Amino acid sequence: MAPRVTVLIERHRALGARFIEFAGWLMPVQYEGIVAEHRAVRQRAGLFDLGHMGQIVVRGAEAEAFLQHVTVNDVGTLRPGRAQYSMLLYPHGGVVDDVMLYRWPDEDGYLVVVNAANVDKDVEWLTRQRTEGRRWAVEIEDISPRTGMLAVQGPRAEAVLQSETATDLSTVRSFDVVRTTVAGVPTLVARTGYTGEDGFELYCPLEATVTLWDRLLEAGRPHGVVPVGLGARDTLRLEAGLPLYGHELGPDITPLEAGLGWVVKFEKGPFIGREALEQQRRMGIPRKLVGFQVIERGGIPRHGYEVRLAGRVIGTVTSGTASPTLGTVIGMALVESAAVGIGREFEVVIRGRGVRAIQVPLPFYRRGAWPSREGQ
Amino acid sequence: MVEVRDGLRYTRTHEWVRVEGDIAVVGVTDFAQSELGDITYLELPEPGTSVTAGESMGVIESVKAASDIYAPVTGEVVEANKPVVNAPELVNKSPYDEAWFVKIKLADPSEVDRLMDAEAYRAYLAETAAMA
Repeated sequence: MAPRVTVLIERHRALGARFIEFAGWLMPVQYEGIVAEHRAVRQRAGLFDLGHMGQIVVRGAEAEAFLQHVTVNDVGTLRPGRAQYSMLLYPHGGVVDDVMLYRWPDEDGYLVVVNAANVDKDVEWLTRQRTEGRRWAVEIEDISPRTGMLAVQGPRAEAVLQSETATDLSTVRSFDVVRTTVAGVPTLVARTGYTGEDGFELYCPLEATVTLWDRLLEAGRPHGVVPVGLGARDTLRLEAGLPLYGHELGPDITPLEAGLGWVVKFEKGPFIGREALEQQRRMGIPRKLVGFQVIERGGIPRHGYEVRLAGRVIGTVTSGTASPTLGTVIGMALVESAAVGIGREFEVVIRGRGVRAIQVPLPFYRRGAWPSREGQ
Repeated sequence: MVEVRDGLRYTRTHEWVRVEGDIAVVGVTDFAQSELGDITYLELPEPGTSVTAGESMGVIESVKAASDIYAPVTGEVVEANKPVVNAPELVNKSPYDEAWFVKIKLADPSEVDRLMDAEAYRAYLAETAAMA
């Protein structure tokens, strides 16, 4: 089957993008180059086409109670105009998907933003849960086919976006979401992202995406904004220690194993997967996600590579890269809990050879902790 | 446009060869570096290693992926380019000059004649692009 393309495909071609197939979509992996784009986001700002991602609206009399039931975070604490990172779980505790939940600022209902690879699965899962055991008074609608999504990320993101909107963005806090007009386009603006930088994610009518993209690139030019592909999106999120579904999360990995216990609010009451997580907590979590830095030459550990200690396999690499900000080779791995500890070493097996790595705290990169920004 | 330099010989796996007497200087092409993107890691054979035409003799990794480096010719490695191992980004900046990989003492100098010349390699790239 031919991959799908976003409405910005011709813009990407004109910008000289290289493409990869990702989750059934043909997406730009890079324009100028992964490292240059990565640095642009850390030092200035970058513009991302996220048209492949999914948007699902949940509304109705029981929307809040239903979302409490199907997600792990506490929807009861989510006020209008706020965002919350959360997960959908299977009853056995594995992850259906990790999602960003937005409560509409000005009307009843929620927007659930999901991974591109999981849109159909999530819609099916949510729709099934709606009538599983009992019937919930909720409406579930996949609005991805008519929704465009862009992100502007980096220290100059606010300045760039401010030049195209009348809303005072200094009043929009992290994890706030507002409905406004950007470049004349009705847009849902959320101060969220996936890069470890300050920035915004924008949702707009599909047909207006090109206008929004063009205007933001234009407005961003004096700020040094560049278009950024999925390559740098991956290195940015990895430095920021953010999980990627299919790598750090999946049907066979629980949030507790992935180090995302802070997202799970047991005190909120019952939810799908709760018993399994409680049991895992009681019995002990068998393996945990750790960050590591490679400390000898040997290449880049990649997804699926073995982790060894004293000749025995103790886990698997979930992600790895050469970190443009740190100048070292970093990664995350799921390893036996007994081997976990900051400063403790193990080997990652790269092309059959054990290469020394040391466990380091996550995230690898924290905004503000690095004197990497250009100018003011 | 990627550069294909006249006077060099080329493999289908995108290595180039420059013959200097009985020595073959080997690197990867501008096309290869541009396809790989930002190169972050190189593993080259040590001097003294015997390499065989068509077989892997090293590894090149970019942020995106890892690839084998294939020996274009058979012979003994007499020198490896240490500076490029320490600064792999040179492969992106200067694939035909600064970022040569190894010098191989040719076991059979006529082997080079079986590699593509610049014109044939250009045609090969055009064919590859047409198929993509």
